[in-house]
Amino acid sequence: MSTLHTVNKSPFDRSTMASCLAHLKAGDAVLIIEDGVVGARKGTAFAATVTAAIGNAEVFVLGPDLAARGMGEDDLVDGVKIVDYDGFVDLVTKHDRTQAWL
Amino acid sequence: MKLAVLVNEGPYTHQASDSAYQFTKAALEKGHEIFRVFFYHDGVNNGTRFTVPPQDDRNLQVLWSELAAKYNLDLTVCIAAAQRRGILDEGEMKRHGKDGNNIAPGFRISGLGQLIEAGIKSERLVTFGD
Repeated sequence: MSTLHTVNKSPFDRSTMASCLAHLKAGDAVLIIEDGVVGARKGTAFAATVTAAIGNAEVFVLGPDLAARGMGEDDLVDGVKIVDYDGFVDLVTKHDRTQAWL
Repeated sequence: MKLAVLVNEGPYTHQASDSAYQFTKAALEKGHEIFRVFFYHDGVNNGTRFTVPPQDDRNLQVLWSELAAKYNLDLTVCIAAAQRRGILDEGEMKRHGKDGNNIAPGFRISGLGQLIEAGIKSERLVTFGD
């Protein structure tokens, strides 16, 4: 049983992303959307936390939300992957359940 | 696959209603079934036809209504959350002696049981909120 976790707020605003990444099980995936995408940016105080999570689970960001905030692939922590809404739907169906960290 | 969507935040607040709409649309276009979109808390504000956003802005209520018409979607608004926020259909208007109603096309007012049912009958429940 694997879980898709969604996080929609910046880790510099809320603690939801830190909590989420601390609760991942092997095989889980995290999809970062909305203002959360800044948490996947490289060079920040939070980047090492994201890097540590990638060893255990897959980390994705929603491409349109990333682009809306002036960022692209080159701005991301190594190993973070980009999906569009189609990919969001595929992640939901691929994993057994979805947990939104609100 | 049979999916359900829960929207807990109103339109034009942050981004949750937009994300929920885009996700629902993408899922339908990929051929998945959306069993129900349930609007709870401030999410019920997606279901008033009295919104008049600027013409060059997206009109989320209209977008939901159009999606509902195209795919025969069930857009359900939580009754208790709706009453607190002034979202009424004709029946609720009469029951409470109000002088108008504002439920948007394609939306219906029902109870929290519909959220539970959506959770049970769908294979996935995807939540959007704040």
